Amino acid sequence: MADLQVNIAGVPLKNPLIAASGTFGFGREYSEFYPLSTLGGISCKGITLRERPGNPPPRIAETPSGMLNAVGLQNPGVDHFIERDLPWLKTQGTVIIANIAGNTPEDYCKMAEKLSGTDVDMVELNISCPNVKQGGVQFGTSCAGVESITAAVRRFCKKPLMVKLSPNVSDIGEIAAAAEAAGADAISMINTLTGMRIDINTRRPVLRNNTGGLSGPALLPVAVRMVWQASRRVKIPIVGMGGISQWQDAVELLLAGASALQIGTAFFTDPYAPVKIRDGLQQYLDRNGVASVAELTGAIRPW
Amino acid sequence: MKYDTMLCGLIRKNRLAEDIFDFTVEAGKLAEAACPGQFAHIYVPGKTLRRPISICEIDRDHKTLRFVFQVRGEGTRLLSQAEPGDRLDILAPLGRGFDLGGTGRKAVFVGGGIGVPPLLEAAKPFGENAAVLAGFRSGNAVILKEDFERAGNRVMIATDDGSSGHHGLVTDLLAGLACDVIFACGPTPMLKAVCRAAKERGVPCQVSLEQRMACGVGACLGCAVRLRRETGEEYYGHVCKDGPVFDAAQVVWED
Repeated sequence: MADLQVNIAGVPLKNPLIAASGTFGFGREYSEFYPLSTLGGISCKGITLRERPGNPPPRIAETPSGMLNAVGLQNPGVDHFIERDLPWLKTQGTVIIANIAGNTPEDYCKMAEKLSGTDVDMVELNISCPNVKQGGVQFGTSCAGVESITAAVRRFCKKPLMVKLSPNVSDIGEIAAAAEAAGADAISMINTLTGMRIDINTRRPVLRNNTGGLSGPALLPVAVRMVWQASRRVKIPIVGMGGISQWQDAVELLLAGASALQIGTAFFTDPYAPVKIRDGLQQYLDRNGVASVAELTGAIRPW
Repeated sequence: MKYDTMLCGLIRKNRLAEDIFDFTVEAGKLAEAACPGQFAHIYVPGKTLRRPISICEIDRDHKTLRFVFQVRGEGTRLLSQAEPGDRLDILAPLGRGFDLGGTGRKAVFVGGGIGVPPLLEAAKPFGENAAVLAGFRSGNAVILKEDFERAGNRVMIATDDGSSGHHGLVTDLLAGLACDVIFACGPTPMLKAVCRAAKERGVPCQVSLEQRMACGVGACLGCAVRLRRETGEEYYGHVCKDGPVFDAAQVVWED
């Protein structure tokens, strides 16, 4: 049996499959299907310094091979997370990643400081939420912004720091390099691609927020391309995501340069998707005589 | 088990009206766990998102669930093409259903169009204590009348064009009808009118809502609905987990 363990920034994961932030809440709903220890890790719903109510509905629209969301970071705030959610999550036998979003660098730093005093395993810096005016994306779409916010949080964050990148940029390699230079321990990518749908009868955008983030299988080729481009610019590990719905997609992203993966929208299609992807990945490795999943990382043979 | 996915064999399929289909599936433990007013999230091959469909009837003895749904778009059109013998990937039972309370009370059920099916399983135990007011576009869109009558319910029909029953709004039928509790499902203007009537009478009212939905279990927070706490504070709850059935006094109607 091939080894599915991976190590991201010093954090060992029993397998490379992490639940993506925003699709998995704080884990309770999906623990009805299988033990959360089935997963390599959980990136929790994005949290902010104070509770956020989220955007008005509709927040969801289906698209060809995907969906748009504009939830708007509805969450109970970092203190609630630390007091009510984290203690339970830490009993589940999987790696817990706190995903943080803020209006200002001070927000991010305060949250990083608070979380540094907990037993959360890793912090994911969300500078790529496209659905709130001030949810961090203002930091995530320029190299200077990524570098300054990463460097600022780095000073307060005693946990391994993973920076989640937006695909809504012209040169993802430059952005990834900026995060690494500023002290990121890992990169996760890609967040959703900004999109829009219009109801042709009412002539209104389907989403009340007008625009939303595109996720789902439609995103996969963009994610593969961007992970590949970023992997050629940075040495820190990349956690790849964007449209993974089956094990073959997972293999592609690993070959493109990812060391671990996040699964998101696939939960909505099939709550058991990560179990099926894990088993498919295991069989692929065994069938091809690959001893460890880590050997797939960046093993693409480019033309 | 609260909910799970299961491959459910389609055992009966009927077409009740032009765009209304009636499926009965073998649902094992899902049927045993289901309550009136809950819903199922049904996978449609090739679609990223499942389709939330309300549960119309629950047969615990035969472990079957009945769904009556309308073809609204491509997903439900594809779903309507399933044939007996096919297996449907169903995630159920989901959400909070109706709180029936004492079935000795006089209950009024108000349904509009495809809002009628989720009321059937809730109305059955009320027998002749239940009046069912059901509104449709026209006489040929009327569904489930005999099903309610078989349970002993008194059914009154309203149609937009007057081709069956009362010519006008289904909520017109509420006039002069005494009751202890109201249950409703249908289009928003109808629900607003029902809630207003319930408030005027000081009668408790439960409404079943819908919203565009992704996960179906309360994780993604997509299917937001504006609610009001007893303190008056407003917040976004979620149709899939906090509902789909809400106490009318909780709901803040938007737009």
